[in-house]
Amino acid sequence: MKRRKFLKNSIPAGVILPGLINGYSIKAFAEDSPFVQALMLPTTQTDHVLVLVQLNGGNDGLNMVIPIEYYGAYMNARPNIAIPQNKTLAIPGADKIGLHPSMTGLQELFKTGKATVVQSVGYPAPSFSHFRATDIWMSASESNQVVNSGWTGRYLNYEYPNFPNGYPNSTMKDPLAIQIGSVTSLTLQGPQVSMGMSISNPTNFYNLINGVQDAAPNTPAGKELNYVRLVSQQTQQYATVVKDAAAKVPTQSAYPTGNSLAEQLKIVARLIKGGLSTRVYMVSFGGFDTHSVQVNTTDTTTGTHATLLQRVSDAIKAFQDDLKFLGVEDRVVGMTFSEFGRRIKSNASGGTDHGAAAPLFVFGKNVLPGVIGNTPVIPTSASVNDNIPFQYDFRSVYATLLENWLCVKHSDLQNIMLKNFQALPLVNAGSCSTVKPNLSGISLITNYPNPFTSKTTISFQTKGGHTLVQVIDAMGTVLATLVDKDYKSGTYTVTFDSGSLPAGVYYVRLQNLTTQNIRTMLKVR
Amino acid sequence: MDRRKFLSAYKKQSCKKAAFLPPDPVSRTSSGLNPYAGPWTQTEIIHLLKRTMFGSKKADVDYFQTLTMDQAVDELLNPVAPLPAPPVKEYDTSGTITTPDTNIAAGTTWVNDPNNDGTITSRRRASFKKWWMGNMVTQDRSVREKMTMFWHNHFATETVDIGNSQFVYKHHALLRASALGNFMSLVRAVTVDPAMLIYLNGRYNTATAPDENYGRELLELFCCGKGPKSLYTEADVKAASKVLTGWQANSTTFTPYFTASRHDRNNKQFSAFFNNTVITGNATANGGDIELDALLNMIFSVPEVSKYICRRLYRWFVYYDIDSTVEANVIEPLAAILKTNNFEIKPVLNALLKSDHFYDVLNQGCQIKSPVDLVVGVCREYYVQFPPATDFMGNYGLWNSLVSQVNIMQQNIGDPPDVSGWKAYYQEPQFYEIWINSDTLPKRNQFTDTMAAIGYTVGGKKIVIDGTILFKQLPSPEDPNALVSNLSNFILRIPLSTASLKQIKTDILLSGQANDAYWTDAWTLFTTTPGNTANTTTVRNRVRDLIKYLMNLAEYQLA
Repeated sequence: MKRRKFLKNSIPAGVILPGLINGYSIKAFAEDSPFVQALMLPTTQTDHVLVLVQLNGGNDGLNMVIPIEYYGAYMNARPNIAIPQNKTLAIPGADKIGLHPSMTGLQELFKTGKATVVQSVGYPAPSFSHFRATDIWMSASESNQVVNSGWTGRYLNYEYPNFPNGYPNSTMKDPLAIQIGSVTSLTLQGPQVSMGMSISNPTNFYNLINGVQDAAPNTPAGKELNYVRLVSQQTQQYATVVKDAAAKVPTQSAYPTGNSLAEQLKIVARLIKGGLSTRVYMVSFGGFDTHSVQVNTTDTTTGTHATLLQRVSDAIKAFQDDLKFLGVEDRVVGMTFSEFGRRIKSNASGGTDHGAAAPLFVFGKNVLPGVIGNTPVIPTSASVNDNIPFQYDFRSVYATLLENWLCVKHSDLQNIMLKNFQALPLVNAGSCSTVKPNLSGISLITNYPNPFTSKTTISFQTKGGHTLVQVIDAMGTVLATLVDKDYKSGTYTVTFDSGSLPAGVYYVRLQNLTTQNIRTMLKVR
Repeated sequence: MDRRKFLSAYKKQSCKKAAFLPPDPVSRTSSGLNPYAGPWTQTEIIHLLKRTMFGSKKADVDYFQTLTMDQAVDELLNPVAPLPAPPVKEYDTSGTITTPDTNIAAGTTWVNDPNNDGTITSRRRASFKKWWMGNMVTQDRSVREKMTMFWHNHFATETVDIGNSQFVYKHHALLRASALGNFMSLVRAVTVDPAMLIYLNGRYNTATAPDENYGRELLELFCCGKGPKSLYTEADVKAASKVLTGWQANSTTFTPYFTASRHDRNNKQFSAFFNNTVITGNATANGGDIELDALLNMIFSVPEVSKYICRRLYRWFVYYDIDSTVEANVIEPLAAILKTNNFEIKPVLNALLKSDHFYDVLNQGCQIKSPVDLVVGVCREYYVQFPPATDFMGNYGLWNSLVSQVNIMQQNIGDPPDVSGWKAYYQEPQFYEIWINSDTLPKRNQFTDTMAAIGYTVGGKKIVIDGTILFKQLPSPEDPNALVSNLSNFILRIPLSTASLKQIKTDILLSGQANDAYWTDAWTLFTTTPGNTANTTTVRNRVRDLIKYLMNLAEYQLA
């Protein structure tokens, strides 16, 4: 789709200005409109990128980072799957733990100061359900709380409060986040809409770049399908920028073959180098649900889990090497996570059942290398119910990366994380310069004052017709409906009295025909 | 083409990289009107329902599965439900209105209360559209609503031009009541229908100042068409217009009336296309009726008229591409049936909907959903819950939000673009494809996304998809493989590949897990213990994402 046509189709009717700004035709909004202001403002933004590596299934952290300090108890708890002490890989300056022998790539990153391990990451009252635990990790909610937005979704909503109205635009022409997968996960779900673009898999990515599509049958139905697909491609707002970015990077360093995580990270490196200003990438790699036969009985350093860990390690190492080769190593930090660790005691079928806290890795040139936290204590005779208690809340890891890597102001962190969490020494905080939210796009709803203590005035713009304004909490519950009727096109105000609601983050949502817009409001004491 | 051939052709084709090559010439088919005797499975039933109703509801599919194909079509063609009660007053009459209709209570119908106040009539027109939308959403198991829309598209009128809402309602009620009746009778009724007399200026058509607007469309759009064999002349338009002089609409009684003094008493000469017929001028008080009957007898004696309306029906129910084979094997036999049955519509639909041609795999899945198909289909196929029927305020408000949706997708019911109806049914060569462009496709996706996620709220009442209602009606929803496969086969007309199904299952239902049991456990817990909020949220989020994903596929736009 031609950009001009896109803008024509995506911006509500107005008068076309004769002039162009940065090659974009814009509508004649008032000069003080946020849209025009944003176009005039110099962009203040970090070029930092965060890569989230999800290990689906619940990774057995104890066999990934072996607790040498309590080796006897470890061996006792899982004799059928334990990794021999002399086979573990040493981490420089950390003799109390060892890496799984298949993770030679990751060991190299530790040696060169590009990786850190955070021990026993979890949260109070852990869930042992894959789905529920995944939702908790992605939403960054309390264990007993159901939150319908994701932590990076809320972060991106904070950074780009008007998204998706008026996006893409001259100051943010790229996807805010990219996920390799069929659907964007809860992680990227904002308070209202998903903040991410998904590329269903590496094959589809190459199809997107090379213009190949799945076949349609040679029938009238196939003819119409091709037609709809063609229009669909034209209207995928970000397809072109993604293709263009990929096209700028013809050469990358080597990645292992037969490793789907490596394939995904290869795409990420390519897009970062290709110039996308996308802040967050998410990739995932499954198979960690190792209830049985996670090792070969003849050699416990080999088998299913060893293969998985080797692929993770090889993929991250190749990715890090490629980032260096491409000259973008300074800009990227990544982290691994899994919905839970596994039980201390192994089961009789040579596997491990669902557990609680586990270690995770943070990697990149700007990490503070080493080990954070103590080696988890292993009971001398672990029972089937024993689990690793958490030392660090996973939300501390998120909060630290947001503040020290994605440069979110400390005072705004609570808006995103829903409460305060301790900071950890994970990345070199000196690399951050404070960021202002990008106010480009079209804001159809605002409130003043914000933050507010009891009342705030909400101003909204409707194209006419039925208009709805609701106040919603972080859980997605509708607390108040302020407006619910037909309006003539125009701008109106309504007052929200927060009454006895507790201090915290609230969203005010505008619905006007197909348009949805959301504004984050903060109530303070 | 039989199913086996079709599937093997599909397989061969799927090795190719299709999209950016020039499209292969698309096969049409030589199948004709022989009674269909092939399989009668979910696939054929869904095809029949998607074409004859707005969306195919699982309960309807299951019901028709208990009947034979013949019985199913018979039932669709013979509605038993009474015609719907007329629209009610649900609009606000506060504020400065010159002649408010305070004499009628909210919740009672306005159609018998004459009122020409601009504000009131405008609100009533809106009320009419909401009511119409409601009728489609709550349609009975019959073709009546789809045929009502067909006639609205065929005898296209615009409510804003007609003005008075009572004319609008009366006209619409005529189309619905006659939806499965006699074509010739309907043309006659529409010709002197007050709304049409206003819309195409028939009321201004007099002996001294003829207005040819209606006469022209009667030939060009309503009866003869613009095909190569539609050879009426400009003089025929003038002659027909003269026949039609003298009719007016009474805006108090909302009935038509004929004034002999306004009527052209001269003889009217028609061309060879109409067999050089002369309609004798008639100066009596019944002259209008007598000459109109003569005119329609003359028009309907032309074979092209029967073919034209059959082509219109074909494009409504089957596909837009009518090549010479389809013309010979389908259109001409249908036209013969119409003629033999004295222009009754039902025998034509009966023959078409029971034919080999209709169930031909090459004719399945090739319609692009109209906005109404999409919007009403979403509500019906997912059992979207509306307030109880007694809550007319709540229902009209929500129906109105659906009227707005189809409107922004370019199908403003009651107000098609012009007298030709919607371009999707006549504009060569694109036809249905006109519904989909870079403006409307994102709006369709936004609509389905919103319905799947948070829904639309109006007047404190909300409509939203609860996918679990449909899932519970599918076989084995606890088995993620069966669920993805059954659901996609139910809502998509082109099957997804095995690889896609697996990917969708793993990414969405299993959140990347390898073990199917995790979905099974979550679903089972959801059905036995819905009060478990965390698990219920888990299940509902995946149900939502699965539905959203499938509705975003290009395949979903086909019917």
